[in-house]
Amino acid sequence: MESKVRVLIAKPGLDGHDRGAKVIARALSEAGMEVIYTGLHQSPHNIVEAALQEDVKVIGLSILSGAHLSLGKRVMEGLKERGLDDVLVLFGGIIPDDDIAELKDLGVDAVFGPGTDTREVVEHITRRLDKTK
Amino acid sequence: MNKDQWERLLKEAREKTPERKPEFTTISGLTLEPSYFGLDAEWPGAYPFTRGIDPILYRSDLWVMGQYSGFGSAEEANQRYRYLLSRGQTGFSIALDLPTQMGFDSDHDMSEGEVGKVGVALNSLEDMQMLLKDIPLQKVRQMRTTANATGPIMAAMFIATMEKDGTDPKDIKILIQNDSLKEFFARGAYIFPPEPSAKLSVDVIEYCSKHLPGWTPLSISGYHIRDSGATAQQEVAFAFANGVAYIEEALKRGLDVDEFAGSFYVFFASHIDLLEEVAKFRAARRLWARLMKERFGAKLDETMKLRIFAYTMGGALTAQQPLNNVARVTIEALAAVLGGVQTLATSSYDEALSIPSEEAVTVALRTQQIIAHESGVTGTVDPLGGSYAIEALTDQSEERMMEYINTVDRMGGAIAAIERGYFQREIGESAYRWQKDVEENKRTVVGVNEFVSDKSEKVPVFRLDPAIEQRQVARLTDLRRRRDNRAVAAALTAVEQAARKGDNTIPSLVEAIKAYATLGEICDVFRDLWGTYQEPAVF
Repeated sequence: MESKVRVLIAKPGLDGHDRGAKVIARALSEAGMEVIYTGLHQSPHNIVEAALQEDVKVIGLSILSGAHLSLGKRVMEGLKERGLDDVLVLFGGIIPDDDIAELKDLGVDAVFGPGTDTREVVEHITRRLDKTK
Repeated sequence: MNKDQWERLLKEAREKTPERKPEFTTISGLTLEPSYFGLDAEWPGAYPFTRGIDPILYRSDLWVMGQYSGFGSAEEANQRYRYLLSRGQTGFSIALDLPTQMGFDSDHDMSEGEVGKVGVALNSLEDMQMLLKDIPLQKVRQMRTTANATGPIMAAMFIATMEKDGTDPKDIKILIQNDSLKEFFARGAYIFPPEPSAKLSVDVIEYCSKHLPGWTPLSISGYHIRDSGATAQQEVAFAFANGVAYIEEALKRGLDVDEFAGSFYVFFASHIDLLEEVAKFRAARRLWARLMKERFGAKLDETMKLRIFAYTMGGALTAQQPLNNVARVTIEALAAVLGGVQTLATSSYDEALSIPSEEAVTVALRTQQIIAHESGVTGTVDPLGGSYAIEALTDQSEERMMEYINTVDRMGGAIAAIERGYFQREIGESAYRWQKDVEENKRTVVGVNEFVSDKSEKVPVFRLDPAIEQRQVARLTDLRRRRDNRAVAAALTAVEQAARKGDNTIPSLVEAIKAYATLGEICDVFRDLWGTYQEPAVF
C-alpha cells in the first residue's frame, strides 16, 4: 500500500492571517494527504526543523504580510543546509506578480494567489510528486 | 415611546446638533422626513436603538470617514496622514507593523523583513513624536490604532507624547482597538496568555474611565472574526462575548457599567450581502442595548447605544479583475450607511494584491463621498426600517446571535471558549464551507468562478523602500546609546512591580515611555512575568 503524502503547512513570520492556511490544510487532508500544521508565528528555523522531523515531501508556506521574499529566502536556505533540497515548496497568500519569479529563482515550485481553487493545489502536488518519483 | 415623545427627542437632537440643510428632499423635490414609522414601530434614537443611535443621524453629522493607512517609518506615515487630511478625510488610523503589534522592536530577530511592511514601526516615544508631527490633532475627529496585545503600551505612548508636547491628552480623540481576546481566534497578534491579556485591555478601559473620558479605550472587534471566515451572526456574537468578558473584569475592579461601557466602539465588517448586513447592524444594536440594560443593569442611554465602526470586507475583494472591487466596495459601504454606522472605512480595489496605491486609496474615499453627498440615503434615518425583509432578517439575526452568546456563557465565558478551541472550530468550519461553496459553484464570485476573463489584469503595485528597515534599526540603536539607560531600567522595574501586584499598569508605562524605554523592552518584562501563548494548531 502506498503511504500518504506528508505535507507541512506553515505560517512563517508574524502574520496572523491563517484562514487560507487552515482551509488548504483541511482540503489537502480531505484529499488523502497527511497534513501537519505549525500554527502561527514560526521562524524559518522552526519550519525547517519541523519539515525535517516530520519527514514531509511538501511544504506550503502562507504569507499575507508582504514579508515573503525575506522569509522565503531564509526558509529555502535552511532547507538546503539541512539537505532537504528535494522537498516541494509552495507559497500561498498575497504575492505580487513581480515577486513570483524571484521566489522561483530561490527554488520555490509554485505560488498560489487569492481565489485559488483548492483542487488545483491538490492536482499540482500530485502531478509534481509523480514526476519526481 | 409614542409619537409625541419621539418628537421631543427629535427637537432636542436638532438643538444639540443642527441639521446640515434646512430641508432634505429627493433629487426631484419630494420631501424626506427624518424617519418613517409603522404603527408599532421602533424609533431611531430610542431604546433598543435598532433603528439607530440618533434620531437625526446623518442629517446632522455624516459618519466619520476614516481610512486604514500607515506604512513604513513614522516619517513616511506622517506624510501620508497629512496628504489624506488635506483631501478631506476626517479620521484616520495608525496601522502598526507586525513586530510592533507583537511587541518586538525593529531590531529583534523575529522582526527581520517585517519592519514597516503592513503598518508603521513604533519602537519608542521618538517614533510616535515623529508620526504625529504637525498634524492638527484637535481637528481630527477620530484617530484609531490597531494595538491589541499591546493596548496599554500604545495608550501610554500617546499620553506621553502629548504630555511632552504640552497638549492635554483629554483634548484629543483617540481610539485604541485594545481587543486582545479576539487575537486568539482571529487575526493572531497575541503575545501573552488570554487571562493577563484581558487584564491589560481592561487597564486601558479603567484608566480612560477615570482620566480620559473622551477616548475610546476599546473597539470590540468582529471584523477580523468575519475575515477569518465567520458568518455575520458569529461575527457579532463572538465579538460581544469578548465584550462581556471585558465588562465583567471591569466590574470586578469596582467600576460601574455606566462609567465606562458608553465609551466603547464596535468594529464590524460590512460584507457584500447588503440585506443581511443591514439587518446585522440593526440586530447588533438591539442586542447590545438589551445586554447592557438587562444583563449589566445599565441606566444611561449612552451605555446602551452601540457605536459602530464598519470597514468594508477586505476578504470579499478579489485579485482577479481588481477594478470590480470598486463595485463591491460601493455595495458594502452602502450597506454600512443604510445600517446607520458611526465611522466607515472603505477598502482600496487593489487590497487583494498589495498595500494600496494612492489612486486606489482616493477612489475608496470618493466612494464614501458619493454615497454621502449624491446618493440621497443620508436624508432619512434607517431608510430600510419597516421593510418586511429587513425586519424579518433583523429578528432572525438577533435570535441566532443570542444563541451563540448563550453557548459561550454555558462554557464559562469567552476565555474558556478560547481555551477549548470553540471559536476556532466554529470559524474554521464556516470558512471551509464558504470555500467549498465557491469551488462547487454554489456561490458565485464574479471573475473568480464565473465570468472569468482570460487576460490577466495587472494593477500598479505599491513598493516599499527596503531601506526603511535599516534606517529604523539604525535610529533605534542610536536611541539606546543616547538615552539614560539607568532611568530606563528603573522605569521597567516599576512596570514589572505594578503588573505583578495587579495594579493598573498605565501610570508606570507612561513613565517608562517618557524615559525612552522601548515597546519591545516593556513586552519582555510582561513575557518574563506571564509567558507567551502557544496556540493549539488545529484546522
